[in-house]
Amino acid sequence: MSGQMLQAAAPIVQHIEVNGVPVLADVSGVAFVESASALIVADLHLEKGSAFAARGVMLPPYDTRATLARLADAMVRLQPRTVIALGDSFHDQTAEARMHGEDEAFLKDLVDCVERWVWIAGNHDPAPSPRYGGEVADEMALDGLTLRHEPREGASPGEVAGHLHPCARVRRSGRSVRRRAFVSDGTRVILPAFGAYTGGLNVCDAAFAACFARTPDVWMLGRERVYRVPGKSVLGD
Amino acid sequence: MDRAPGLPELPPLFARWFASRGWQPRGHQLAMLSAAQAGEDVLLTAPTGGGKTLGGFLPSLIELAGVVQDAGRERPHRLHTLYVSPLKALSQDVARNLMVPVEEMGLKLRIETRTGDTPQSKRARQRAAPPDILLTTPEQLALFVAQENGAAFFADLKAVIVDEVHALAPQKRGDLLALGLAAISHYAPQARRIGLSATVKDVEGHARWLSRDPASEALTTRIVRGAAGAEPEVSILTPEARIPWAGHMGQHAMEGVYALLKTARTALVFVNTRSQAEFAFQRLWRINDDNLAIALHHGSLSVEQRRKVEGAMAAGKLRAVVCTSTLDLGIDWGDVDLVVQLGAPKGTSRLIQRLGRANHRLDEVSRAVLVPANRFEHLECLSARDAVAEHALDGEPLKSGALDVLAQHVMGRACGDPFEADALYAEIRRAAPYAELPRETFDRVLEFVATGGYALGSYDRFRRIVKGRDGLWRARNRSVAQRHRLNIGTIVESPMLDVRVVSARSGAKSLRAAGPRLGQLEEWFADQLSVGDTFLFAGQVLRFEGTSQTDLFVSRAGGEDPKVPSWQGGKFPLSTYLAARVRKLVSEPEQWHKLPDQVREWLEMQQLRSRLPQTDRLLVETFPRAGKHYLVCYPFEGRLAHATLGVLLTRRLERLGLKPLGYVANEYALSVWALEDMGPVDFAALFSPDLMGDDLDAWLNESVLMQRTFRHCALISGLIERRHPGLEKTGRQVSFSADLIYNVLREHEPDHILMQAAWADAATGLLDIRRLSDRLAAIEGRIDAVALERVSPLAVPVMLEIGREPVYGEAHEAILEAASESLIEEAVRP
Repeated sequence: MSGQMLQAAAPIVQHIEVNGVPVLADVSGVAFVESASALIVADLHLEKGSAFAARGVMLPPYDTRATLARLADAMVRLQPRTVIALGDSFHDQTAEARMHGEDEAFLKDLVDCVERWVWIAGNHDPAPSPRYGGEVADEMALDGLTLRHEPREGASPGEVAGHLHPCARVRRSGRSVRRRAFVSDGTRVILPAFGAYTGGLNVCDAAFAACFARTPDVWMLGRERVYRVPGKSVLGD
Repeated sequence: MDRAPGLPELPPLFARWFASRGWQPRGHQLAMLSAAQAGEDVLLTAPTGGGKTLGGFLPSLIELAGVVQDAGRERPHRLHTLYVSPLKALSQDVARNLMVPVEEMGLKLRIETRTGDTPQSKRARQRAAPPDILLTTPEQLALFVAQENGAAFFADLKAVIVDEVHALAPQKRGDLLALGLAAISHYAPQARRIGLSATVKDVEGHARWLSRDPASEALTTRIVRGAAGAEPEVSILTPEARIPWAGHMGQHAMEGVYALLKTARTALVFVNTRSQAEFAFQRLWRINDDNLAIALHHGSLSVEQRRKVEGAMAAGKLRAVVCTSTLDLGIDWGDVDLVVQLGAPKGTSRLIQRLGRANHRLDEVSRAVLVPANRFEHLECLSARDAVAEHALDGEPLKSGALDVLAQHVMGRACGDPFEADALYAEIRRAAPYAELPRETFDRVLEFVATGGYALGSYDRFRRIVKGRDGLWRARNRSVAQRHRLNIGTIVESPMLDVRVVSARSGAKSLRAAGPRLGQLEEWFADQLSVGDTFLFAGQVLRFEGTSQTDLFVSRAGGEDPKVPSWQGGKFPLSTYLAARVRKLVSEPEQWHKLPDQVREWLEMQQLRSRLPQTDRLLVETFPRAGKHYLVCYPFEGRLAHATLGVLLTRRLERLGLKPLGYVANEYALSVWALEDMGPVDFAALFSPDLMGDDLDAWLNESVLMQRTFRHCALISGLIERRHPGLEKTGRQVSFSADLIYNVLREHEPDHILMQAAWADAATGLLDIRRLSDRLAAIEGRIDAVALERVSPLAVPVMLEIGREPVYGEAHEAILEAASESLIEEAVRP
């Protein structure tokens, strides 16, 4: 058995050019559009743990607070004026009935502390509850970008979407690493799922091919920074 | 005639049968009869071939013969004897062997097996009309306990026989079995227990493990020792060629091994890992000029392939089988007259068990040859041979029961007949591993089973088990209970892929229409393959073609030299006992005359150039080499403990500003390298036992090994499910979500009972933390530091491992970095 030490890497800021608009791929998995001071977060899946508990699988009930804490941390670092939750923010339509009081208060505080909060409707939560504040929209235009939950098939320049939970796998010296990732071909971007219990779909899956004319590159989430990896270097599962 | 006075006599029918075979009942067989008549629990320890199985069943057969005689044809169906063994195949083998006396004495008994493969219809019939003797596995027993009407099924049970107790008791499977036995005793307090075991070090501990009353001050289990067999003849193969400094394959010894095989009727060639098995099998065939029938047997091969080999061996058609621990346990395959142990034996009890595979008859000498693969292993083989001659045993210590297994059992009991919490607590404390279980821990486990046991308490309305008005706990509904039954067991396989053959270059499309299944491989091994890579498996060179969710596709490749040399699996750690003997051998030059010249000269050179490691001290060498500075130490505590030490030392050296770059461990030594010279370090402080404090916590929290340990606990405890009706989870899916759960739980409730269970496992499992901390405490302040100008002779083996071992576990960021770099390469390429 052996191990290798890592040289501490200087933080590297990774921008993705999406149809000419620079979008920051943050290490937490959120996207940030500086020109609009907008933070975009996809697939929070709040209360996924309690959804399993209702079916007898007693996952730790802390996924909502873990997810919100990471989001709060990103908001503190990036100081957005607007936050857009890109759909599937709640794991199902009864999620709010299961949410712990403390988590509910936490979420309301987050919504209150920015100028504008937009809930984009997702397939798990077509009509997010108004009780947490913020506005609800099916999709939204932002500085030449189009924000929606589910990516459209075929060309869709300027689109920022979630829904697919992209993950990428790479291999070097006999070992492989699988991480959540941003996926982009320069015309559009698909964000990684942010929720603490959200799994991932490999970017080599056919669902992604329907969205990109050429093999897209991926921006994989590391511990300290995001790593851009060429599409030809990623592997299927 | 070895009958001691005071032992009972056989009934005439049985005496006649023994006589018809030309046998006398052995003393221990009659002693078993006497224990049964007294209604006592009994542990029989005897070497292989001593008539142990018959000794275990004899009292039951005699009782049943009486029942048959009295009751006649229409007697009601009642389960009389339950037999539990760790292996399905062993149950089937014993059932077959049992039919010989039963048929020859004309007894009309129903003897049946029940394993995971038993069809549903037969299981249902077995419940409705039980056989007289049922042979099964610990998992099947747990299933019985998790079904209703246990009381009726077990009411008339008279005896429970546990075979190979020593192989079960130290494991989580043993915890599960102990709990199952306690539940059965609740239904059938009269049922006595019979344990059959190879000779073990801790006889009394195993006897107590078996007892119906483990907490009583005086041991209530009778201990019966079978007569010792003839002394085995153990020799060590010393090749004339140079003995390698490192490596585990034993390539240099293959000619010698082949020459041995030619002298034997049937030989078993034991190796420690499946890759060694594949390698040895291939090399032996390459030099098999006499066309000896040599076969291969290991746990990754498909069941059909293994059964074929076992069948051929029982029929006497094979001259040799290269095998792993799959053939360690007591199945009587055939007429083996030679055992070869290729590579170091790692522990004396395992070696003795393996030696027992030769000559399944007590009176014949078994012949064994140890084949060390490198110089250090030569020391280990010599130590093991001496230990065998002294009958010195080691073996895994018995430990207190695991909490994840307890959680599974509590859920199982709620799926069976409803229970009252106080009564269940009392019942569980009658299982030896849980005899000391505090009530508070039991209550936490019960709450965990009901709601997950989280401090947040938000799952009260989603209970899996509920307490009724009658004060009894039961599963919430049928579907919860059914799902639990699908997930019973403590064996968590690492995620595996089926290896399937396709025709070469058939393209991805035809992969779906793949051909025969050769066996299974770990998913992480598949991870490191690229299409076109070749590797050894099932005795063939295979070409990797691709994977799907559950399959790994290969084609048959020509050529003899696979590109990807090996894969891990089944590595045993060096036992603490054997490690101590090796340490002693190295430190005592007066013993070296027993070693071959090359090995002795190597140690003498070490004495000259550096120092010898002393038994109660730690030797630490530092030296420069090729622009880097090395530190090599020799704790002799096994690869796992050394790897953990490597992590902790590099963290500490980093803080001291010495810029450590990496480490590599083998069974005996650890090497760390850095940019700065580590010679001036205060070694007493560097190796002080507080190394196991905060650094260990910090590292474990993000360690991949800890995540894997947690995943096992989560699966066994039922927090996450392996199987869901109609939806088989693949290993990858399970492993991914378990990591997410681990991360959330350690952040928000680090004291959760499942985290405690995972920590307890880490102490003894993949990280061997307890062993490391024991050693650090033993050598505290006793460091022999030597600053050298160049590498010492003893350091060479571990230095040769550098670059050969894959980068371990924690280097994920480096892999991402490297993958990211390839973008730059692409950009700058002309």
